[in-house]
Amino acid sequence: MRKKCLTAESAESAEGAGVFLLFLRVLGELRGKKMKGMMMRKPPVLLSACLLVAGTALPAHADGERFDVRNPGYQSECAACHVAYPPQLLSAASWRAVMDGLPKHFGSDASLDPAAHAEILRYLEANAGRRDTTAAGKPQLRITETRWFVREHSEDLPRDVWKRPAVKSAANCAACHTAADKGDFSERTLRLPKGVQK
Amino acid sequence: MRIFAGLFLLALASTAVFAQTPADFLAGYSQEAKQANPGHGEPSAQRGQRFFTALHGQEWSCASCHTRNPAAAGKHAVTGKLIEPLAPAANAARFSRTAKVEKWFKRNCNDVLGRTCTAQEKGDVLAYLLTLK
Ligand code: HEC
Repeated sequence: MRKKCLTAESAESAEGAGVFLLFLRVLGELRGKKMKGMMMRKPPVLLSACLLVAGTALPAHADGERFDVRNPGYQSECAACHVAYPPQLLSAASWRAVMDGLPKHFGSDASLDPAAHAEILRYLEANAGRRDTTAAGKPQLRITETRWFVREHSEDLPRDVWKRPAVKSAANCAACHTAADKGDFSERTLRLPKGVQK
Repeated sequence: MRIFAGLFLLALASTAVFAQTPADFLAGYSQEAKQANPGHGEPSAQRGQRFFTALHGQEWSCASCHTRNPAAAGKHAVTGKLIEPLAPAANAARFSRTAKVEKWFKRNCNDVLGRTCTAQEKGDVLAYLLTLK
């Protein structure tokens, strides 16, 4: 439990005080683990415990989930059409399947030249999630169909939420996760658009 | 000193060759279109606008993502992602790099027409985009 809260805070604490850096370094390894683990929910009790442990040097927001999506090739090629989905949200096998199908990428031609293709695939594989994202023996291609995604979005949302005009598609993370383009899926940046509340 | 001066000139010359403006692209498409079809006239903004807003046998037109006003920001037809304006007057980064321009023409024409665009079509579209302020 403790691991979880400390690592969530470490994601942003690079701005923090100097003494804290050493602390951070120890946590580095845990952080990596945590990003891949994709633990989304943190009970409030845990949060306050974290704040107590860490003290006031920390930024106020210790909630939620942040990913590093700052890869230049990934940004320029993939994020032109959609949010730079965190590589951690699919397995390496799924990313390979996605990258194999780029000329017909969910109905769009997203083909890449060989150099960009190789570079981006390397980035995705290196940062892929460890969670298994296969269904019926095949790697899943859509993050939004993974068991994890479905579970995360099953509560407190109207059934037709993805069809609402303000959302358009489940692929449009930024409709609610307002900092999704920066890999920030924390509660702090989560705002349901008008008319989506239950 | 000589070497520096030489390098400087070389750098100047190479930017002259590689820096691309929308006008360079327009001239290139026009020339290519005439080579393909000697009877072909100059690029037409009117034809370009029709091409841009029409469906071509598939689900989308160019305007599905770039809107009917490409001087304003667009929105990806599937994902809703914001797309910066396409008209060079509204977005100076447009039509400045061959690799980028050709990559998107290839992808987008494939999505909208199920084939690559001809030089004439590209010239027409660009002529249209250049009339937007
Ligand atoms: C499915 C959505 C979609 C459709 C349909 C679409 N485009 Fe695009 N287009 C994009 C995106 C996304 C970009 C890149 C975004 C960016 O650079 O900001 C782009 C970029 C371009 C560029 C690159 C310009 C530059 O120098 O940066 C050109 C040219 C272009 N589109 C022309 C067209 C034409 C012509 C059509 C119709 C045949 C068309 N597009 C249809 C989504 C679309």
